[in-house]
Amino acid sequence: MPSASAASRETIFELGDVGVTYGGVPAVRNVDFGIYEHEITALIGPSGCGKSTLIRCLNRMNDLIPAARVTGRVGYHGQDLYGDDIDPVQVRKRIGMVFQKPNPFPKSIYDNIAFGPRVLGTKGDMDEIVERALTRGALWDEVKDRLKTNAFGMSGGQQQRLCIARALATDPDVILMDEPCSALDPISTGRIEDLMLELKQSYSIVIVTHNMQQAARVSDMTAFFTVELDADEKHRTGRVVEYDATEKVFTNPSDERTEAYVTGKVG
Amino acid sequence: MSVAEAPLAGLAVERASRGDKVRDLLFRGALLLSLSVGFVTLGALLVDVLIEGGPRLSWSFLTEFPSQIFPERAGISSALLGTLYLMVLTGVFIVPVGVASAIYLEEYADRDRWWNRAIELNIQNLAAVPSIVYGILGLAFIVRDPLGLGAVVLAGALTLGLLVLPVVIVVSREAIRAVPPSIREGSLALGATHWQTIWKQTLPGALPGIATGVILALSRAIGETAPLLVIGAAAFVPFNPGADPTSGAFSAIPVAILSSLSDPDPEQQVLAAAAIIVLMAILLVMNAGAVYLRNRYEQKW
Repeated sequence: MPSASAASRETIFELGDVGVTYGGVPAVRNVDFGIYEHEITALIGPSGCGKSTLIRCLNRMNDLIPAARVTGRVGYHGQDLYGDDIDPVQVRKRIGMVFQKPNPFPKSIYDNIAFGPRVLGTKGDMDEIVERALTRGALWDEVKDRLKTNAFGMSGGQQQRLCIARALATDPDVILMDEPCSALDPISTGRIEDLMLELKQSYSIVIVTHNMQQAARVSDMTAFFTVELDADEKHRTGRVVEYDATEKVFTNPSDERTEAYVTGKVG
Repeated sequence: MSVAEAPLAGLAVERASRGDKVRDLLFRGALLLSLSVGFVTLGALLVDVLIEGGPRLSWSFLTEFPSQIFPERAGISSALLGTLYLMVLTGVFIVPVGVASAIYLEEYADRDRWWNRAIELNIQNLAAVPSIVYGILGLAFIVRDPLGLGAVVLAGALTLGLLVLPVVIVVSREAIRAVPPSIREGSLALGATHWQTIWKQTLPGALPGIATGVILALSRAIGETAPLLVIGAAAFVPFNPGADPTSGAFSAIPVAILSSLSDPDPEQQVLAAAAIIVLMAILLVMNAGAVYLRNRYEQKW
């Protein structure tokens, strides 16, 4: 299934039969694929297919939900992220996350960016760190004259770019984005997509999106999830139907369910 | 153009009937009447107290000591300072204990465990326990052994603190819960620890709510009389409380008011009214402070 050039690329996440249950009820299961470095990997599929659940396994955000259990192996640079000796806080230092709804802290723009480096005890000139992060987040020119103003005064699109810049400030390896544009207008969405294409030079990005055009525009690899009734016909569980180069998934999918979804016949 | 001007057969909006209007008016009147029961009573009480005690108010009323022999020269200095001292000590006691308890219950307690649910339920019950019971508790455990502090300011503050602690915990929990989960997630996703997230995001966000709750709890404590009487607060203390909260008799305004009221001397009734005005003024300032804090600093998420 993986495309021809896969062999030459560095794998960053290696998912081996990953599944998540909430209070014993499976939400997603049998996820088996590799995510590559310096690429944008899109997770698409209908609501309830477990793509958000899965992305939250990649930085152990699911730990915050007491009833959630992760099975299988989530390999990150060869390490098992759910190994006994792994501290989830350390994981999240390396793997940043941007959420569906912009969630700036009720602080100044400057303090929003500086929060991560400060809690991690990053050495160096904080002004410089803030400027670099905002520049990478394509926000510096818009906000450089009002760094001390409250972040709540920004537009939704700016707030989301602030959240991206905030994630960049701690110099992560990977950025996870859980439907980052679903609360934004098309122009803000376009700016964030441009930003993502720029950022993939330095970071690896995994994005969950409901917007298929978005997946087609920005991603290199696409995983299509679907939700199926279990054998016992009680629970609906998400699973991966197809994982391949984005171009292939959108133009010549090998599964008819993928084709039906990406062409808009269902979903 | 209103519908009534160009009525289409069957479509014209009916006028409200006279009966509907009257019923509406009656209902509004009844609601207003209910409201006025509380308001008029409170107003009458205030006016009565102001008329009786107002002329008695003066600077020397605040600085003189109580006296049974010369009530016309008496003041409430020791009771006023005792009350303020009690408030400060109670606040110092309830803020860390109340906030820490609230943090545990909101951030750490696993609700699937029965003991956490039991603690939660009991805190709500404790808030409803009559204050005199706390007085007895204070007398038995704080004034006498095992703490054995005696009838001192610190014993009074600890007793009042226990009394309002459930309120502080409940209010602090609500304030903590009002900080949206997205803020916690944002902080944790940046690699902050649970504790850093609580200390730098959740608590600052909850602070205005907590401060408001603490002030309201203290303004409940300030008017309490029964527990202070039980633990042995004195009515006539001819000296101000010393800096050491663990020694010396102490008084408080409500205790002084009660003692004056039970005195047959009419001049003592005037003293009581004047002391009530002082107590009400302190309460008003505290509650105004709480409202100000809430309006000024409350975070709109």
